[in-house]
This record gives sequence, structure tokens and C-alpha cells, in this order.
Amino acid sequence: MKQDPLNIIVAGVGGQGNIRASEIIGTAAVQSGFRVTIGETYGAAQRGGSVMSHIRISEKSQYGPLIPEGQAHIVLGLEPAEALRVIGDFGNPLTKVIVNPRPIYPVDVLSGELKYPPVEQITAKIENLVDTIHVVETTELAKQAGNASAQNVVMVGCLAGSGWLPMRVQGLEEAIRNIFRGALIELNLQAFRLGLAAAATTTKNRP
Amino acid sequence: MPGVEIDKPGQRLLLTGNEAIARGAIEAGVSFCSGYPGTPSSEIIETLSKVGNAYNLHAEWSTNEIVAIEAAGAVAFAGLRSICSMKAPGANVSSDFILTSNVTGTRAGFVIVMCDDPAAHSSTNEEDSRSYARLADIPLLEPATAQEAKDMTKWAFDLSEKLGIFCILRSVTRISHARSDIKLGEIHRPERTPSFTPQDRYAAKLPSVEQHFQLHKKLKQAQELFEESEFNWYTGPTDANFIIICCGTAWLYSREALEILGLNHEVGILKLGTTWPLPEELITKHLQHARNVLIVEETDPFLEQNVKVLAAELPSRGIGPINFCGKRSGDIPAVSEINVDLVIKALTKLKGKAYTPREQPYAEKAREAVESLAPKRALAFCPGCPHRASFWAIKTALKWDGRDGVVMGDIGCYSLGTGPAGFYLSQTLHCMGSGLGNANGLGNLRKFGFDHPVIAICGDSTFYHAAIPGLINAKHNGANVVLVLLDNSATAMTGFQPHPGIELNAMGTPAPAIQLEDICKGIGIEVHVRDPFDLKAAVEDLYQMLQQDGVKAMIFRRKCALVEVRESGTKKRVYINAEKCIGEDCGCARFCSRVFKCPGLTWDWETRKAMIDEVVCNGCGACVQLCPGNAIAAEEI
Repeated sequence: MKQDPLNIIVAGVGGQGNIRASEIIGTAAVQSGFRVTIGETYGAAQRGGSVMSHIRISEKSQYGPLIPEGQAHIVLGLEPAEALRVIGDFGNPLTKVIVNPRPIYPVDVLSGELKYPPVEQITAKIENLVDTIHVVETTELAKQAGNASAQNVVMVGCLAGSGWLPMRVQGLEEAIRNIFRGALIELNLQAFRLGLAAAATTTKNRP
Repeated sequence: MPGVEIDKPGQRLLLTGNEAIARGAIEAGVSFCSGYPGTPSSEIIETLSKVGNAYNLHAEWSTNEIVAIEAAGAVAFAGLRSICSMKAPGANVSSDFILTSNVTGTRAGFVIVMCDDPAAHSSTNEEDSRSYARLADIPLLEPATAQEAKDMTKWAFDLSEKLGIFCILRSVTRISHARSDIKLGEIHRPERTPSFTPQDRYAAKLPSVEQHFQLHKKLKQAQELFEESEFNWYTGPTDANFIIICCGTAWLYSREALEILGLNHEVGILKLGTTWPLPEELITKHLQHARNVLIVEETDPFLEQNVKVLAAELPSRGIGPINFCGKRSGDIPAVSEINVDLVIKALTKLKGKAYTPREQPYAEKAREAVESLAPKRALAFCPGCPHRASFWAIKTALKWDGRDGVVMGDIGCYSLGTGPAGFYLSQTLHCMGSGLGNANGLGNLRKFGFDHPVIAICGDSTFYHAAIPGLINAKHNGANVVLVLLDNSATAMTGFQPHPGIELNAMGTPAPAIQLEDICKGIGIEVHVRDPFDLKAAVEDLYQMLQQDGVKAMIFRRKCALVEVRESGTKKRVYINAEKCIGEDCGCARFCSRVFKCPGLTWDWETRKAMIDEVVCNGCGACVQLCPGNAIAAEEI
């Protein structure tokens, strides 16, 4: 691997399926023989708060569950402001980002106490800070797959399609088959494949 | 949780630290598992309850931690291996039993898992439960990784059985809730039969001084075993002048910090997994070559203080002086959790080495972007959460009452009642059951001229856990209190575990439910039950109760919205009738999104009218009743 450990952050809002997304990536990595550690957010912070999963994949040894400052290689943003928030601490000029542009408004924004900027402003700022950004309407694609909340799995599909992971696409599909049950397997595989296809067409590189 | 139960030694699986602890217990042949849910410990019992039938073990959610530990302790007295898990504040609840069963000892392996929450991500404090090991004179194990959490749990049963005392395994959030690849071990299922013969005695003697003496002898034996433990090791130059002594999560953080700074050929690490009693000879061996020691650990300077006590005795053996750094010197922060960056910061200062993770202008630009473009996200009740409606009912009833009523808060999702989610109503927040306890005081102050109505808020699971004595006290000692019970039919905060009010137990088998109202009636207390989504009736009834003397109970009963969606699999479609919503001209001051604060209710800043985010909305329909313009509607889909 070019980067070892490979550091990935999944950023979102409690309830968006961060933990599930990181579990799929982590399971596939373990099945491919990598050492994996994932730091998660559970509990109180899940109630509408900012959440992130730190995923660390290595060929040689185990790493701690928290990525050091500025060391994120890949950021998956399930929500645009949350993607920017983790780049603030963990981003660097070589970071690669995939982001769902659909905002989830904090309660203080809904009440008018804080402002949520136009999404284009957030994605433009991210683009300015990192190497690569793919903006993918993962919620819309998840609706096509049958359930808007499968946007986390669409995002994993985008990551698989980006070619930034050291594991094969089949390994991630296998992980989805192992993690979900019943009708949810097919729905999530469909979500994953829509993400995979989107990654190929929504590339937006910095000149 | 795929695979935690599979009997394939050597296979690698992605497991959380809590699943790994459960796996360690399964490998050790555990028979009895009990606990009370609490982040970050809950998944230990959850995992064990799911394999209960496959491995013929008993797993239960007990009503509270002291019942859990007393039950598990007795099973160990009777010769079967048992485990009890809890979060740090739960350790406080169980501590009465810990501090007496230490002297009576155990026959079979008995492991107590205490999960601390440094940084208090999901707790009202960031207590360090390791002090219980020192307080109770019992062995303490601290895993550094999820793999070690599994292996140590398994070994802890052997250790406990060998010494005849129970052991504490201390985990933290970043172990319990981290996932990593775990190599599975062999599962032992020894044939054991419980027995409690007339000769068996596990009683504190009066006085218990001789038992205390025997306990110290057992601790000495533990110390001898710890000198050789595979959970302690040293890496780095054998004669390093500068060493790090660490335990728990600090091991991987310290190793990575040295790797990043390129100091791994210069600085050694003594990693300890057995932290009470200390393996003194092993530590002394490395203090012989070290002149500078940095101690890295999470929360209290527990290891630091104990190592320093040891070091104070070493000059007589010609060792020292040693320069110690850590929490006391301020090199490692005394509060919150630690990470690689904090260890790097300490090392760059102490070793005079420069390190910049990112170019300074970039770091400033990135952080400034967050400041200006990423609005902070306050915690909120979930969309459709009945607590939002309950707090609204309390707020309205108190407003009608007009006597500046006071509200005592308690532990659960509704702890958010201290903040904007609960309209800042809850004025106290401490430990399980403390809201009603506090209300017992304030509700008895009339003779001193304090005549505000007193409300105590308490969740269903918290009520069974800790509020019943407070209710009996209020009745017997004449407190004027309205207990508002938020019954959402789950221990929702920690992941929807069942409790005694639900007709199902931890193993998923039908169980008799003990109704909240039956308990209240049994104590002789007037109790009403309302659906908080029937807001008008809820407010009126609560208001009436506030006008009466004595202790009363109001149950606001409505299933947790997340449980409801999980169970029903469908939700109502709630939508805005654009013709009826007159937006900012209404005079409602954007009641739905600004005042009621449900994340599903948003605002269209272009048309200046209300909107509903169909992805976020849970379909509860509480807002349908509240909209003064009748502009919100719901339909079954």
C-alpha cells in the first residue's frame, strides 16, 4: 500500500449510518487480510450530533482508533458540513473526499440562531482545501435503490468505485451480504452498485 | 454481530472491544452474565444474551448494577463462572457489594467489567473506576486493544479462580467501541454443576480483620503472577534513558507517536496490562536504566501515582533520582481523553523535537473554514421522539400554573432536557434516580416559605433502577412532588434494551412485565397515564396535578420513535399544506421549526414557509396538533 496505515474518516450526523458504513469497509478489509482498527461514536452523541468513524487499514500492524491531526487520506461525508468539519482537524492538501451534498440542518439552524451556508459554498471550500472531491447525490441514489436511508451504503459504493481502496469490489459486496439480513441484502447491494457507477461519472478533480 | 459465537479458533473477525470481551467470556466457559445497560458497556451483555441458548448460559439485564453484581457473585460462590458488566457510574452503584465480597472471596472465576468514558462522550462524569481495585484490594487488568480485551477476559477467569477473589477488567470507550480484527481462541465448556452445601460460607466475619489480612496475601500472589504476565512488555533500546510507561489505549497512541517522531530507536515503552497490584520488579528493572519517565494513561493519574510510590522506595536500592512527567507535571492533560497528538505534544516538548502535522497556514485556513461554514450541532431528541412532546407538556403546564415550578432531571435520553432540546427545563442532572431524590428535599420546604411546585422527571428504566426508594420516601415523609414518568418502553439511550416493564427479557423470551402504575398504586400514590402526543389532555391533567398536595405520578406513555419504526416497519407521511401555511406572516413565529425544534421540521428560506424533510421525519404527527394554522397533515402510507 502506498499509505500505511490508510486513514479513512466517515463523517455524518447521528442516525445516518456511519457505523454501518465503516463496518462494511472494515469487514471487507479484514477478509482481505489487513489489520484494521475503527474508532466509532456511540451513545449520546448519536442523538442528532456530529459523528465520525475513523478507519485505519494496515498491512503491517495494528493502529489506535483515533487518526492524528491532518492524517486523513480519505473523507466520506454523509453530510456536507460534517465533511468540512472533519477536514478542519484531519484534512491535508492530499486528502480525497466524497460528499453527499444534502444538508441535515442542526436544530439551532432551524430555530434561526445559527446560519447554514449554501451547500455550494461548503463544497467549494472543501475543493479548495483538498486534492480531490466527488460530489455524489447519494440520498437520491439511495431512493432509487428503494430507501433514502441506504445513502451510507451508496457512499461505500462510491468509495469502492473510486479505486482508492486496497480491497476488491467483490470483497465489499461479500461484506454487505454478511452484514445485512433478508430483503435488506438486495436493497443494499443495489445501493452499493449505484454508488459504484456514480463514482465513475461524478469525478471532479482540481485543475 | 456476525460470528462472535463461531467455534473456529484462529479465525480473524472484525469485532468491537465489547464483543471481544463477550467472546473472551464465552471462551472461558462463562455460565452467568448480568449487567445494567450503560454506554460504553452495553454490548457485552447484549452479545452474550444473543448466544445464551447456543452456549447454555444465562444472560440478563438486571434492574440495576448492585442486583446484577450480587446475582453474579452468588453464582461464582456456587462454582459457576460469572461476569458482570457496567459503566463507571454503575460501578458506584455496585460498590457496596464489591467492598464486602472482596473479603469473602469466590470459588469460581468472577470477572467484573467496568467501562469508563474518558471525555464523558455519553456520561455525566469521566470517572476513573480503577480506584475501586485499589480501594477493594483486588487485581486490575487493563486491555490495550480489543484483542487483549478478549484474551485478558479469558485469563481473568483463571486468575480469579486461582486466587479465590474476583478481578476487575477496566475498559474505556476507545476500547469498547472500537472495532478491530480479532483472532479467535478455543472455546472451553467445562462440565460444572453449581452447589451450595451447608458447609459453604461466603460471609463477612464480625470483625473481618483476619479476612482482610488474607485478602492482602491473595493480592501479593496476584502481584507475583503479574511479574511474569504476557500482558506486560517492554519495547525499545534495553538501556533507554527516556521511557514511556503506559497502559490501556495509551499503548497504541504512544507507539504511533514515537513512530511519527522517529524516536522509536531512542525511547522505550513499558506497556502494562496488569495495573493493580503493580508488577514492581518488572517496573524496577526498567527504572534502573531510565532517568526520564513519561507516564501516559486515560483519566486519573492512577498508574502515575502508584509508580511514584514505588520509585520513592528505590533510592535505597541505588536507583534514581528519576524525572517523572505525566498528568501532575501537566505534560499529559489531567482531563478528557488522550490521543496520538497529545502524546506527540508531550514528547516534542520533553525531547526538544519539532513536529508540525500540517503547514501552519493550511491548518489555520481549514479550521477557519469550519468556524465560518459548519454550524455547530447541538444534541436533539430524534424526530418523532415522545420526549419532545412530554417536555412541551411540562413547559405549558408550568406556564399555566405560574408559580415558577422547578424541574429535577435524571439519566436517559431525556437528560437532554437541560438543554434546548427540552426547552432548558431540567435544572438538575446527576446520577440514576437523583431527580426524584432531589425533589424529596425541595418538596418538603413549605415551612421555610418555598412554595414552588416541584416536578421530578424520570424514565421507565431509571424508575426501576433507582427511583422506587425515592417514591416511597416521598410518600412516607410527606414531600409535595409530581413525578413525571417518561415511559417509552425501552432503555432507549443505550440501544433499546428491555427492562422490567417489558414482556420480554434479555434472552428474548417472554417475561412478566411489572407495570409502573402498579408500583405507584402499591405505594399508595395517585397515578394518571397520558399519551404525550395527546398534548391537550396531557397538559390539562398535569396542570391539575400541580394544584394538589402530596406526591402524585403522571405517566407519559408512548413508545420510543426508533423502536416504533423498527417494530412496525412503516411510518406515516407528514406534510405541509402549502395553501394553509402562511409562513412568516402567520404570527406563530415559526412555531414548528423555531420553537418545537424537531429536526424533521425545516424551513424553506425562499418561499418563507414550513417544510418537512421526508428523510429525517419519523412520521409521529405530534406537529399536526401543534401547528396553529392547521397547516400540517399526516396520512397513512
